[in-house]
Amino acid sequence: MVMDPRLTSELTPELKDIVSEIESHARNLGLDFFPTIFEMVDYQQMSEIAAYGGFPTRYPHWRFGMEYERIAKSYEYGLSLIYEMVINNDPCYAYLLRSNSIVDQKTVIAHVYGHCDFFKNNYCFSHTNRKMLDEMANHGSRVRRYIEEVGHDEVESFIDICLSLENLIDQHGPHIRREYKPKDKDNYDESLVSPDKLPVPKLPSLRGYMEGYINPDSYVKEQQAKVILEKEKEKKFPESSIRDVLKFLLDFAPLNSWQRDVLSIVREEAYYFAPQGQTKIMNEGWAVYWHSKILTQLVLKDSEVIDYCDHYAGVVQMSGQRLNPYKLGVEMMRHIEKRWNKGQFGLEYTLCDDPQVRRNWNKNTNKGMEKLFEIRKYHNDITFLDEFLDEDFCEDAQLFTWVQDRRSGQAIIHDRDFKTIKRDLLDSMTNFGQPIIDVVDGNYRNRGELLLRHKHQGKDLKIDWAVETLKNIFKIWNRPVNIATIIESEGKVIHYDGAEPRIEKGINIESY
Amino acid sequence: MKMETDVNRFRKIVRGKIKDNLKRFISSGELIGRQGNKQVSIPLPRIDLPRFEFGGNQQRGVGQGDGEPGDAINQGQPQPGEGEAGQNPGEHSMEVDVSLDELAGILGEELGLPRIEDKGKKNITQKKYKYQGVLRNGPESLRNFKRTYKEALKRQISVGDYTDDKPVIIPIKEDKRYRSFRIEEKPEASAAIIYMMDVSGSMGDEQKEIVRLTSFWLNAWLKHNYDNLDTRFIIHDAIAREVDEHTFYHTKESGGTLISSAYKLCEKIIMESYPIAEWNIYLFHFSDGDNWSGNDTNECMNLLDNFLLPSSNLFSYGQVESRYGSGQFLKDLEKHYGEQNEKVIIHQIKDRDGIMNALRSFLGKGK
Repeated sequence: MVMDPRLTSELTPELKDIVSEIESHARNLGLDFFPTIFEMVDYQQMSEIAAYGGFPTRYPHWRFGMEYERIAKSYEYGLSLIYEMVINNDPCYAYLLRSNSIVDQKTVIAHVYGHCDFFKNNYCFSHTNRKMLDEMANHGSRVRRYIEEVGHDEVESFIDICLSLENLIDQHGPHIRREYKPKDKDNYDESLVSPDKLPVPKLPSLRGYMEGYINPDSYVKEQQAKVILEKEKEKKFPESSIRDVLKFLLDFAPLNSWQRDVLSIVREEAYYFAPQGQTKIMNEGWAVYWHSKILTQLVLKDSEVIDYCDHYAGVVQMSGQRLNPYKLGVEMMRHIEKRWNKGQFGLEYTLCDDPQVRRNWNKNTNKGMEKLFEIRKYHNDITFLDEFLDEDFCEDAQLFTWVQDRRSGQAIIHDRDFKTIKRDLLDSMTNFGQPIIDVVDGNYRNRGELLLRHKHQGKDLKIDWAVETLKNIFKIWNRPVNIATIIESEGKVIHYDGAEPRIEKGINIESY
Repeated sequence: MKMETDVNRFRKIVRGKIKDNLKRFISSGELIGRQGNKQVSIPLPRIDLPRFEFGGNQQRGVGQGDGEPGDAINQGQPQPGEGEAGQNPGEHSMEVDVSLDELAGILGEELGLPRIEDKGKKNITQKKYKYQGVLRNGPESLRNFKRTYKEALKRQISVGDYTDDKPVIIPIKEDKRYRSFRIEEKPEASAAIIYMMDVSGSMGDEQKEIVRLTSFWLNAWLKHNYDNLDTRFIIHDAIAREVDEHTFYHTKESGGTLISSAYKLCEKIIMESYPIAEWNIYLFHFSDGDNWSGNDTNECMNLLDNFLLPSSNLFSYGQVESRYGSGQFLKDLEKHYGEQNEKVIIHQIKDRDGIMNALRSFLGKGK
């Protein structure tokens, strides 16, 4: 497949040999991956590919241009260098940087096989489209067609709207069947407008004058109210809340066909990229684990060791405020491998609270490698850290929590307490560290308004942005939109109906 | 090719942002300090799409490394590999490089400035050869050796005529590539700006800063309009002298003021260096409006009437308000030339916020 005429560049014979050597090492060690195609690119091409998230054939949008300028500039200033890109696809595509030294190429190639194995085997990726390269190209040509039909500005600003809602998907959606039956939201019920005439079951009264005593007005009113409440409930739509806001909009928002298609493209791509976000630490850790194993044990010549180590140190160097996923991931992997090799697991080990005994625990079980393969199949970053981040590791890896000092703006180390570290880390990763938002009502106030709910977990929304995002949803929903949230410990609803946004008193969200 | 489209779309958005912030840029001087060779690096709020996101009152997170609680974390080096979304939301900004020329274009659009009419050699154009693209035919003198070599190499590899042992490349006719060119006719126009400034004691630092900002943008606009732009600087108190740009903005003298001295020197410079028929000449004079005597002011009018106005496109007088100046010179000029003179523009710049209006009035006639 030729994606770009400039990218047909093949590997040199030397690199071809290296690729096939490393590939066979990787397979012998138990890695299992789709065929992997390496392409050689220069830095500019690499930056372009990276700007498109790995897909040079993606739909056109200014944001990719911005990303390109950012990458190109940080390269010019010597701030960062992209060494490699791998695309989860069958076959996998990987791009090598022409200017890299041979040692670097070897590292990258082994690293890539680690990623490819992870893509193929980790459960998070099991629903991803393995023909995404083709699919993205498809998206690209559809969007270009719409641009020709309705104009560049029009399509581009609609994509802007969709992208601002890009994170409103259901992370776990691909793995769970959540059915909901859309009811006809236009179904207009007259009885709700004039409840007085609503017929309700009455006790039989044989004589007319008894009616008032047998079925007193208060009783009838009570019954009518009950029926109305039932009807209201029935009319509620959706029946239960929906995390996949984009899907809900696709199904029920008054969009024309090209808009619906563009929204579905954005949603599909968001789902495709989601697992990479869910497994960043594991995926990088796994790749670093394998490249260092393959290189140091099988591939490196004596003369290359120093260069390799130098590069390796760069990859796993600590970066202060930000956790380095490469470093954290690979250290966790090695920690687990060690524990399972020595039998440091199971009830007996867990119950042991003598640190000395724990440290020297060795039952020579040698189950480390087996355990690692199991983990790479069944975990994502959250479950991985939840299960395997233990106190010993925290201490060895020198983890800490930091806070930003109010006065100086400097980040300072807060503490090294295991429990806080683990809680903060897991907290920050839940839902990618983004607020959880779902649709609770598509016919709010019985006026076709949209009501979203932010599941508040201790952190407030950024209000100005929430308002801007609501404005975007309004452009899609075409009726007033609301989001129920908590602002400074008080339940509030942000309302936007095309005029001035308003923050109103909270509603009882529990009834939804 | 594809990326180019997206980059251009992005740049279009950036242009809009610059326009929105232009007033701030013009009056703050921020940009002058960021001026590279031909580029200005502009700090813009990052152009992000809004999302539902957490608002951070206080930022926190988990890190890795040495140190005791309470220690500040050294900001690590960015790591290799793909960039990832940082854990730190909040106010991002980005730097965008814009050429001075483009910036001037934006300024022109925003102020609604007319294109300058060249009073000089209107009908004289210059031919320029612009190389573009590659052709399969052409004169040997324009052969593109690198492309020809590549074509030959490709052909030989594909027919199996090339091996590492025998790295000989022999181009045949169909391998040959030639540079193609197009003739562009560009108007050849030159302009000279002569800046004059009163540096007597009453012109303070803030006043000079306003002059500096104003002239930065004047330069940018005139450069946008002319191929070739000369700038000269004259400072004066009781006597005038020509200085370089740095000295122009950083000299402080005390003593009296004789504006005529500057106008005389200006006349001399024009006579020596800029034949009137060939040059578009712009004169800008900044002062706080104090002159030594009415006699000298009369002398100034004479110089203007007899030489400076006839020989220049425009004479602009910018009076920068200062606490000490009486502002008399502005009144005298207005009395002499009235408010509607083709070639004389008189404008009072009260403070930094007034710079934008000053530019509009100096450049608004399209002279």
